[in-house]
Amino acid sequence: MDSDLKEIHPKIIQALLDTETDITVDDALENEMVLNMGPQHPATHGVLRLVLRLDGETVIACVPDLGYLHRGYEKLAENMSYYEFIPHTDRLDYISPMANNVGWVLAVEKLAGIEAPPRAQYIRMMIAELARITSHLVAVGSFAMDVGALTVFLWTLREREKVLDIWDILCGARFTNSYTRIGGVANDAQPEALAKVKWFIDQFEDNLAECEKLINTNRIFIERVDGVGVISKEEALDLGFTGPNIRASGVAYDLRRVQPYLKYNEIDFDIPVYTEGDSLARYFVRLDEMRESTKIVRQVLDKMPQGEVLLNQPKKVLPHKTEIYTKMEELIHDFMIVNFGINPPPGEIYHAIEGSKGELGFYLVSKGEGHPWKCKIRSPSFNNIQVLPRLLVGQMISDVVAIIGSIDPIMGEADK
Amino acid sequence: MDLKEHVVQKLKEHFPGTNFETTDYRDELTIKFPKEVVVDVCSFLKFDPDLEFSFCEDVTAIDWAKRKDRFTIVYQIYSFKNNFRLRLKADVDESDCKIDSVTSVWKTANWQEREVYDMYGISFNNHPDLRRMYMPEDFEYHPLRKDFPLMGIPGSIPLPKK
Amino acid sequence: MGLESLLKQDGYFTTKVDALIAWARKSSVWPMPMGISCCAIEMMAAGDPKYDIARFGSEVMRFTPRQCDLMIVAGTVTYKMAPVVRKIYDQMPDPKWVIAMGACTASGGIYRTYSVVQGIDQFLPVDCYLAGCPPRPDNLLNALIMIQDKIGRTKAAEFKNAKPPELELTQRN
Repeated sequence: MDSDLKEIHPKIIQALLDTETDITVDDALENEMVLNMGPQHPATHGVLRLVLRLDGETVIACVPDLGYLHRGYEKLAENMSYYEFIPHTDRLDYISPMANNVGWVLAVEKLAGIEAPPRAQYIRMMIAELARITSHLVAVGSFAMDVGALTVFLWTLREREKVLDIWDILCGARFTNSYTRIGGVANDAQPEALAKVKWFIDQFEDNLAECEKLINTNRIFIERVDGVGVISKEEALDLGFTGPNIRASGVAYDLRRVQPYLKYNEIDFDIPVYTEGDSLARYFVRLDEMRESTKIVRQVLDKMPQGEVLLNQPKKVLPHKTEIYTKMEELIHDFMIVNFGINPPPGEIYHAIEGSKGELGFYLVSKGEGHPWKCKIRSPSFNNIQVLPRLLVGQMISDVVAIIGSIDPIMGEADK
Repeated sequence: MDLKEHVVQKLKEHFPGTNFETTDYRDELTIKFPKEVVVDVCSFLKFDPDLEFSFCEDVTAIDWAKRKDRFTIVYQIYSFKNNFRLRLKADVDESDCKIDSVTSVWKTANWQEREVYDMYGISFNNHPDLRRMYMPEDFEYHPLRKDFPLMGIPGSIPLPKK
Repeated sequence: MGLESLLKQDGYFTTKVDALIAWARKSSVWPMPMGISCCAIEMMAAGDPKYDIARFGSEVMRFTPRQCDLMIVAGTVTYKMAPVVRKIYDQMPDPKWVIAMGACTASGGIYRTYSVVQGIDQFLPVDCYLAGCPPRPDNLLNALIMIQDKIGRTKAAEFKNAKPPELELTQRN
């Protein structure tokens, strides 16, 4: 084994060597080596770094090294008001910014003890589901790209661009939206935006089926991912898998169903569950979830009531800009909230939503001030990556990229 | 019987002589106990057939800055069986800045405890692999402590030459 | 440039070597996608059918620095990541250019924290700063056109003394 690996910190090497392993390989080319993968690698979805211990071509141990994108969100949150943190949540899981916005404002609303008007809740549900679709499109596309099927990626990105166009109309930004507000959403959904959502979901299922046909009938793809990276139900639970990954291992754990937030209890949808627990099952769960999401969006469009989209509670909710410019009282409230914050009562809450990667939770501690005393982000990708060493052990080196692609980590939220 | 009372009552029955403080805020139950019994309480909660808190969602810490017991370790755990979420807390003082690791109970606590160690400098006894999670291995400070400035200590991490 | 029509007339044309080399260089800029965070997704979007970076001759995203001449640093660079970015830059052959994509790379952006480098120009020479958080793909195309303009103004003699990158290779025993 290489003794002077300058680039890898000795503690990581030590951790790698200390890993207990019972893999034995009878290989003509039997020699142990350490392979560094990342942080700059096209298949690690960002800046994940894996230090692998190989025996021939078999991975016998793996130590992930995180923190290449550690941006200090939790420290930032302690130094800014609840409103100011909304744009930062966009950049947590940057594939589905809208879902993070929803998660944050729901947590703050729970802390402050307020609830958004029904129309706002329906709009939030719509954008969270559309965000799930965009996220899974990127996940499926890049997963296919990792195992060598490039066309799928271009096709799924084409679909994703349509949703980004909707967001352009809805809130004026195509990527980092910051659309939700504490106590509602920034502005009402315009009829054009809703019409475009309807158009999108009407054509989406056919286009998705087209993309799916590309890979589902592709023997190379299926054989590269079928039975690769299998994890059982018990182990997946013990190691902290959530989201589509755990549903591929046979656990129907979906926060939209077990602890309904927003208006999910009024919506009829299924939770796709597969029992195989391999990379292929994780891919199929994502495909099915996209279909379920279109179903949810369709029901949301039907049921969406008319009415206000922002709660009228001047001490907690920032009034709309047009009112600030024309009314004295609103101007004062705006001044107070921007300068001193919304001051939720002292206490602590944990609120989790079913983000596109899994359980996205916010743990907030308030001391009655304008900024949180403590903010902890329970990010799904961080916990999903923790399972990675277990999935990789015993697999071939060429399967590593397929397994990373199948659990779909986003380093923005894993590193925080 | 209400599940909240049930959990507290079971704990009190099983650990006589241990002081459990409970708070209920926004319909979330928090149980606080001394740090010595953390592994016992956690494994009881996980393996008790009535409760089965088999999923550890999160481990984190709070820095209270000026309080006597400076840190509080917080565990969010979830029971699939009862669809119930519970928060556990244990105080840690700065002078004895360590607590037993619950990795033996929930494997997922491994990285979460490493994160707490990295961010707050609280070490965990019997942890299988206690290294820094995010910051470089030779970084000396613990960023989420309240006395660490937001912009960091200039020059504490070297940059490559231009 | 319509070379074919010129060649059709007489079978030859006259130009300066500088102009020809600069034209060849600028029309086939091969980017090194240093995708770190959010901006990387918009960089991917620039390559998708809607924005189609291939129209500018730059669709060949190479993930090995040895084949690239333009580095697009897309995303927040942390102190831990900075040596990696610099090392990849050092591995690229001369001549090479750098686009600092997004507010984070230009100034740290919204992350005024302990772990984020407040501007990658502290350790990298940057040719083009690109505003936005993240910039829209159209904006990235704009930056690419600016880089092409810059390349178009270079003279071949400027790179006469360019050396291949010197690297410390890890000794194997």
